[in-house]
Amino acid sequence: MTVLQRLFSFNGGVKPAYNKEASTGLPIAMAPMPAQLVIPLHQSIGGTPRPLVAAGEYVLKGQRIGGADGDVSSAVHASTSGTVVAVEMRLMPHTSGLSARCVVIQPDGREEWIPRQPFDYRGATPEQTRDYLRDAGVVGLGGAVFPSYLKINPGKSGKLDTLVLNGAECEPFITCDDVLMRERAASILKGALIMREMLGAARVLIGIEDNKPQAIAAMEAAARAANEEAGHPAMQVVAVPTRYPAGGAKQLIRVLTGIEVPHGKRSTDYGVQCFNVATAYAIYEAIALGQPLISRIVTVAGNVARARNYEVLFGTPMRDLVDLCDPRPDSDRVIMGGPMMGLLMPADSVPVVKAANCVLVGSPKLFPAPPPEMPCIRCGECAKACPADLQPFELYWFSRARIFGKAQEYHLFDCIECGCCAYVCPSHIPLVDYYRFAKSEIWARETQKEAADVARERYEFRLLREERDKQEKAAKLAARTVAARATAAAALAAAEKPVITAADVAKKALITAALERARAQKAGVRQENTGNLTPGQQAEIAAIEARRAEIREMAKPHLRQDD
Amino acid sequence: MLRVLIALLPGIAAYVWFFGAGILVQIGLASIAALAAEALMLALRGKPLQLFLGDGSALVTAWLIALSFPSIAPWWLTVSATLLAIIVAKHLYGGLGQNPFNPAMVAFALMIVAYPQLMSQWPAAGATDFAMQWQAIFGSRMIDAITMATPLDAVRTALHAADANTTVAGVLAANPATGGIGGKGWEWVAAGHLAGGLWLLRQRIITWHMPLAFLAGLCLVAGLFNLIDGARFAAPLFHLFSGGAMLGAFFIVTDPVSGATTPRGKLIFAAGVALLTWIIRSFGAYPDGIAFAVLLMNIAVPLIDMYTQPPVFGHKDGEAR
Repeated sequence: MTVLQRLFSFNGGVKPAYNKEASTGLPIAMAPMPAQLVIPLHQSIGGTPRPLVAAGEYVLKGQRIGGADGDVSSAVHASTSGTVVAVEMRLMPHTSGLSARCVVIQPDGREEWIPRQPFDYRGATPEQTRDYLRDAGVVGLGGAVFPSYLKINPGKSGKLDTLVLNGAECEPFITCDDVLMRERAASILKGALIMREMLGAARVLIGIEDNKPQAIAAMEAAARAANEEAGHPAMQVVAVPTRYPAGGAKQLIRVLTGIEVPHGKRSTDYGVQCFNVATAYAIYEAIALGQPLISRIVTVAGNVARARNYEVLFGTPMRDLVDLCDPRPDSDRVIMGGPMMGLLMPADSVPVVKAANCVLVGSPKLFPAPPPEMPCIRCGECAKACPADLQPFELYWFSRARIFGKAQEYHLFDCIECGCCAYVCPSHIPLVDYYRFAKSEIWARETQKEAADVARERYEFRLLREERDKQEKAAKLAARTVAARATAAAALAAAEKPVITAADVAKKALITAALERARAQKAGVRQENTGNLTPGQQAEIAAIEARRAEIREMAKPHLRQDD
Repeated sequence: MLRVLIALLPGIAAYVWFFGAGILVQIGLASIAALAAEALMLALRGKPLQLFLGDGSALVTAWLIALSFPSIAPWWLTVSATLLAIIVAKHLYGGLGQNPFNPAMVAFALMIVAYPQLMSQWPAAGATDFAMQWQAIFGSRMIDAITMATPLDAVRTALHAADANTTVAGVLAANPATGGIGGKGWEWVAAGHLAGGLWLLRQRIITWHMPLAFLAGLCLVAGLFNLIDGARFAAPLFHLFSGGAMLGAFFIVTDPVSGATTPRGKLIFAAGVALLTWIIRSFGAYPDGIAFAVLLMNIAVPLIDMYTQPPVFGHKDGEAR
């Protein structure tokens, strides 16, 4: 029985057609091994992992092929055993159609694992456990793919009030978390207990939208068992009202605890942390079984005759999955994710990655082209639907007019791109496209500004160095003159020279220290928006950079003509 | 926009019942002029004709102009006002969604300044038949016989009278155009607009903020002065059911394009319109003040919106914008 839990509510939201039944009829099946696995190195927010293998090398299943690079990064592993055919640029699963570095593996069919051992997290320091999870490639599987090891940190206070497990799964068509909870509830909760221990969380609230009664029942049974075993009722399953986007981390935290975590703040500062149920499962596999993250549950749905959930090895082409489900002949597109927030794929050959919770097959009939875009009449429907309490139409006007400063003032970066505004817009304006455009333009400008800052710093340092060299030369000259003239006191002059050099060294050290301080300060105030970008967002920036360069190129001959 | 037109029907029915079918002629004239002007401007601006004509926004403007003008206004007055609203007040400002001023109210304000006499000739309920109205609209104007001072005019006269014995009650009683609450017949037109407006609320086309703030604001300021000096200031109910108050509350101040957009902003905007309306009605030289009040508040909209931005998720305790 669900313990009575006071629920809060978030403003706005919409109730789209959920279309979830089609893919929940059958249990999870293992997707067959593809002919080749194309595993992108960059599958999480943060730095691109360094390739650890080269073409021709033999790899084992679960062997690390990409090492975490930088403070925010997560490792990548071979999904099966076989031979590395190439480490090269391949089309990545993003609308931009850009390529990224991938490791291509020819499976040998033997599925030979690396030696697997449970990780003794109780015997390890928290740092060691976090490093282990980073190298096990565990990232947020709800779609944001943020490296999980960074989130398993209770923050300053050392303990949390609440660990929230997100099983809401509010996006239409997607059921991967639903079936995972139905079939592997106990393992999810084992993962949750590990996280709870590491976070020092007093309780675990598992939020599930009330349109998944079977998942709720399975999780409740598992929670009861876990609570009995642990001897105290720390785990609680809470059915939350079905309203998109209840599965947004901030919205779910709000619904379960009443806490609103502002944009740019850590939720741990408010005593709460939120993980997707699939992430909890991945943590269980990594720690209790010693298996790194090499597969995930993917919903294949939409314009297919037999929608279903598959356990898919990363690197499997989406086309292989679609073919398993009998796509209808009028299918014309593949979307990664759901209809509200998903990304249109540039081709169906792109691989399944950690972010791919759903492969949605579309057709002109299933997702008809929207009616023509009409002018905004400021009716305010979007503001009523916005779960972040923004004024979407104002953001639209500013984005459209390229008044990006104003857009930021109106909290553009608080937008979670859930698509509720575009969903309710009576003028059929693709509002989120405008926000993404504005965001990526701002990122591009900030990146440019950073580059300019570095260049200016270099230039200033050069001026400083030249000035210093000049002074040094003058000093040396003066010293030499003094030395030449004071022939009578040669020993004294010789003693004078090192004195000058010592002063020089001290000055140099001072300058270097000052420059270092300045640089550190600048790095400290660096624009926050360019931090923590998803691979998709980075691709978008790259696309914009390319477009800008192109425009500059195009403008050049015109300028000359005008001259 | 179609539903806005439907919501105007009860008020129009009452209008026809009490004042004859002349208003229908005016609505027809304004509609034709509006659609023609809209088509012309869309063609000039290279916009898809069918798509934009179909949105019904030009028709709403046309109907509001017809309903706010005297039903016996000459045809050229209605037509030129509509052309002005669509061409100048709407399309020269950038078309649908871009106009800072309510187009219908721009037309009304300009015409009342340019032709104050024509805009002040209101027929009394039942005083004219359709033939006379047709004659007034299209033929020579021999209308002094059929128009008279409206109750709003009469009330203002009372306020400005030097004679201490002239009271609102006395003036209204002496005026044959006075009805039970507001103007004779007009109170029923207002009731029709109230009904249509409530239906719009139910349909979620408009929110409650603007109508409530406007009507409550008008009630409050009229009530306050009525309490202070009941002999010189008319009662709040009289204000609500006279002139264009109900039409304004549900159909004019609620224009989303030129009005405030935030919940608090809507309240401030509509209350401001109410206050200005009452001031112009009481102390101004025009028969009704809604048009000028709306235009004045339109100017303030960017400012109102800027200062009434609702708090964003996670920033509710006013920390770090």
